[in-house]
Parts: sequence; structure tokens; C-alpha cells
Amino acid sequence: MKILVPVKQVPDTATQVKIGADPKGIDTAGITWIVSPYDEYALEEALRIKEKQGQGEVVAVTVGPERAKEALRSCLAMGADRALHLSDPAWENADSLTVARALAAVIKQEAPPLVLFGRQAIDDDMGAMPAQVADLLGWPCASWIMEETISEDGKSVRAGRQVEGALEIFTIPLPCVLSAQKGLNEPRYPTLKGIMGAKKKEIKDVKAADLGLAADGAQLLVVALEALPPRPPGRIIPGEPAEAVKELVRSLREDAKAI
Amino acid sequence: MASAFWCIVEDDRAGRPKKVTGEVLGEAARLARQLGGQAEAVWLTDKATDEGLKQLAEWGAARVWLLENPALAPYRGEVWTPALAELATQHGVQAIFGAVTARQRELLARLAARIGVGLSADSVAFSLQDGKLVATRPVYAGKLLSKVTWSKPPWLATLRPNVFRLEDPKTGATPQVERPAVAIPQGTMTLAERKEEASTGLPELAEADIVVSGGRGMKGPENFAILEELAKVVGAAVGASRAAVDAGWRPHRFQIGQTGRTISPKLYLGFGISGAIQHLAGMRTSKIIVAVNKDPEAPIFKVADFGIVGDLFEVAPLLTQEFKRLLEK
Repeated sequence: MKILVPVKQVPDTATQVKIGADPKGIDTAGITWIVSPYDEYALEEALRIKEKQGQGEVVAVTVGPERAKEALRSCLAMGADRALHLSDPAWENADSLTVARALAAVIKQEAPPLVLFGRQAIDDDMGAMPAQVADLLGWPCASWIMEETISEDGKSVRAGRQVEGALEIFTIPLPCVLSAQKGLNEPRYPTLKGIMGAKKKEIKDVKAADLGLAADGAQLLVVALEALPPRPPGRIIPGEPAEAVKELVRSLREDAKAI
Repeated sequence: MASAFWCIVEDDRAGRPKKVTGEVLGEAARLARQLGGQAEAVWLTDKATDEGLKQLAEWGAARVWLLENPALAPYRGEVWTPALAELATQHGVQAIFGAVTARQRELLARLAARIGVGLSADSVAFSLQDGKLVATRPVYAGKLLSKVTWSKPPWLATLRPNVFRLEDPKTGATPQVERPAVAIPQGTMTLAERKEEASTGLPELAEADIVVSGGRGMKGPENFAILEELAKVVGAAVGASRAAVDAGWRPHRFQIGQTGRTISPKLYLGFGISGAIQHLAGMRTSKIIVAVNKDPEAPIFKVADFGIVGDLFEVAPLLTQEFKRLLEK
């Protein structure tokens, strides 16, 4: 079975992100870039499906600038068979919908029965991509999945999506879109052999024209990024634990009115 | 009505709207009034109740669009989206708001793609500038805020729970209920099983007013019972840091921070949490932050309103007792 895994390159979670000279974006100087963590769960699950079936192909795809090739290289090192790099001036400053249209177009060309996303990219935290791509393709979708099993005949998947207070397990006909929640699996580390092998695998460049897409203009526009308002200075409550706790509860009740 | 702000109802699957829908309606009503419009509820369900409809009116819904059909439960994006898109297209609305919940975060994204408009997910504030909506939403898990606007209506957004105020209830308001004729597709995915999580009797993490959270300093999964005791007394949810989750002490759904939930409770109490940047990002918009940690240099004290430098195994039970005494008064 062919499985397509869209990924996004994002700043490492330990990054103290700063607003850039253009306040619509961040200052990218000195940032360590990684594959968005949820995308690693998606890729790991795709690799496990392929290994279980003993055949198939896992294709990593990203929309992003030149540096995003490193993210694809990481996916290839983990075990993806090949990668597609959608890179075009038309997708600079793209919003979710523009990226979703690009991904939907490449998915139509590749025609995989299953597309596995991470639940959200940890940079813009929009979390819209899996559902938007599913809708553009007219496919069913299950978000934030914690488990999945492909049926023996390869025609459907049983997937459990996380909802408030429960796991809802659906039987979904293929093709479909799934998005991975943390806990779906434990992603592997690339082996040295994997890293060496990745250098020989194909990363194909794809332009907007290759997908027959015209520039469509962003629907959601970033006005500016802002720093968080500083928090008021706090107070360390001194004293023996019993006294400190009494004073804390009094403060929460009377000063902060938090309880 | 041109300036209608639609609010998708989040219910308990038994015909009762959840409080977060009141928050969404409250914010929608405040914005709509500035444009001479009104907030309206849109309820997709297999079974509504009269009390539920009345509740929506009391929360400020000037009208309730009710789509009641067995195919609408459980939520499936492939079924809800076309029905809602058809309704929205028929009535030319100004905005469609939802709550950040499992189904609505997916639904609004799908709907935005279907209609071809922008979506501001996980919004925490709104303003109108020259008649255009501007939303504020945390990015990088809350390390920065992003202000966004739309190139055309309808303005689609999801709203974070616990951030927006309810309007004063319109006690005794009668709902104006519309039952529009809209095609509801049957859908292709089918529910095989619903596994309920073992009920902790505590509120859902994202919706809780008070969150008690534990980190590496908890030393082991068994010690979370200490925090659960505290949580029970004040009606809090129990969360955890990534360190505690990755150690296998708590399930992933309780993780607060960049690869977990981002929360904004009225009161956050952190025990044995050092305050890694990823964790702070997920909770620093809490209204009041309390930190208990042995290490006076722990970064969490930099964002805390109140801190106690001490042993959580001593402090937490004392705090439970003190809260109990206070709340029994």
C-alpha cells in the first residue's frame, strides 16, 4: 500500500522564538529546525503499516523553502522511500488553505489510499491541514488517532480518534485521511545505515505549475506577531510549610479571588 | 440577516449544550452588536431537548438553527460539513464560530476549505477594526501571539474554552427555532465502538477552571494520587508535564505544553515542575499561577504569581486540608 505522509519543518521545541524584522514572521537566525513532532508519529505509523504488510511505499511530502529538504532527508533516514518537495514562490506566505490545495493536488497525482498527517504543526498550531485536505479530496477523515488497523482486504481502516472522555473507533473506507496524536506509537531513531541510505533516495522538486495550480491568494492574513504581555511579578511565600500554605490559600481567596 | 454570527453548538451528546457554547455565544453577541447584527446558534444533533434550546436562548442566541437527524451522531466531518456549508451559503452569514473541542476544531477547518475562506483556530481575543474582524491566537504553543484577519467573510474561527465571558443570562428567553431543509449525507465512516475513559470524576483538562499539574518532582505514577486528592477538593483537572508523561506516569492526553494541551484555566497549580520552555508555553496564559518546587531557581517561579519553595510531598497534602477547611465554611 502506498502511504503519503505530509510533514512540516518547524523550530525545535526548545527554541525561544523571537519576532523578526518583518513583524509578520519570526527571526529565523540561529534556529535549529526539526520535523514537527506529531508528523514523526504519522511517519512511524506509515512505516509500521508497510513493515506489517511486507510491501508498499511511504512517501514524505512537504511544502516549504529550500531548507525544508533537511526535514525530508530526516524522513528518508527514518525509512520513507522517497520524498516530494513542493517549493514555489506561489507558496511563500501561504495560509493553511493554499497549502491544503497544494497537498490535495499532489495527493491526486500520487493517488495513495491513505494519507497520514500529524495532528498539527507546532509552529502556527493551526491544526487545520488534515481536515482541509480531506475535504478538498472529498475523503473521510479521523483526527487525533491513537490506534489504527488496516483491514486484511486493504479496503478500510479501523481507527480510534481521541475525543473528550473517550476513544471513538471508526471503520473508514479507503482512501482516507488520518491525523496522529501523541501516543499512537513511539517514533524510531534513524540508524546510521538509514542516514547513509537517505542520501541516495530521491527528493523530487514540485512546482505549482506541475500541479496545475494558479496563485490563489491567502484567505487568512497575518497582521503581526506580538510578544506576550509580561506577567505581573510574583511573590514567593516564605515560612514553614503549614504557615506558607495558610497564607497561600488566604491570598488566593482574598487577593486573587481565584477560589 | 447580514451580520449574523453563527455559533456551532457543542453538546454532551445527550441534548444539553456545554458551557463553552455559552462562552462562544457571549463573544459572538458582543461582536455582532457592534455591526448591528446578532448571535445565532447552529445545532447539529441527533436529538435536541427543549431545555437545551432554552439554554441557548438564555445564553444570547437570537435564533437557533436546528438540524436534527440520526446521521448527525456521532460527529463525522464528511456528514456535518456539507450540511453546514449548504446552510451557510443559503443565508450569507458574517461569521461562523466554534469551540476548540475534538469535533469542532476539525469541523471548522473542513468547513473553511469547503467554503474557501480563512480560519483562525484556537483564538483567544477578537476586535473589530474598520468593520473587519481581527483575531488574536497563540502560536508556537503560546510563545508568541499572532494577529490575523480575513480577506473575505464569513470569518471562521474556533475559540479557546475558559477565555471568553458569558453574557448575563437572558432568563426566561424563548428560543426562536428554525428547522431548515438541508440535505444530510449518510457518510461512509461508521462508528464501531466507543471506549469511555475510566471516569476520574474530574473535569476535562481543556475546559477546567482549575488545573493541578505534576512534573518530574512527583517521582512516580503512584504519587499523582496526592494531586488527585487536591483536585477533588477544588474541582480541578489533573495535568502533567512532558517529563511525567514521557516517563509513563500519566497518559498523553494529560500533557500540558507544546506537544500536549495549551490551557488557560483561572487557576493553575504546578507541583514538582521545573518549567521547561515547552511547558511554560502551554500554561502561561493561566490567570493565576501557583508553583511549588524544591528548587528556588526553577524557571516556573518566573511566571508564577505565588510560589512556595518546598517539598511538594509536604505542601500538597497541607494545601488539600486548607482548601477543604476553606470550602467547607
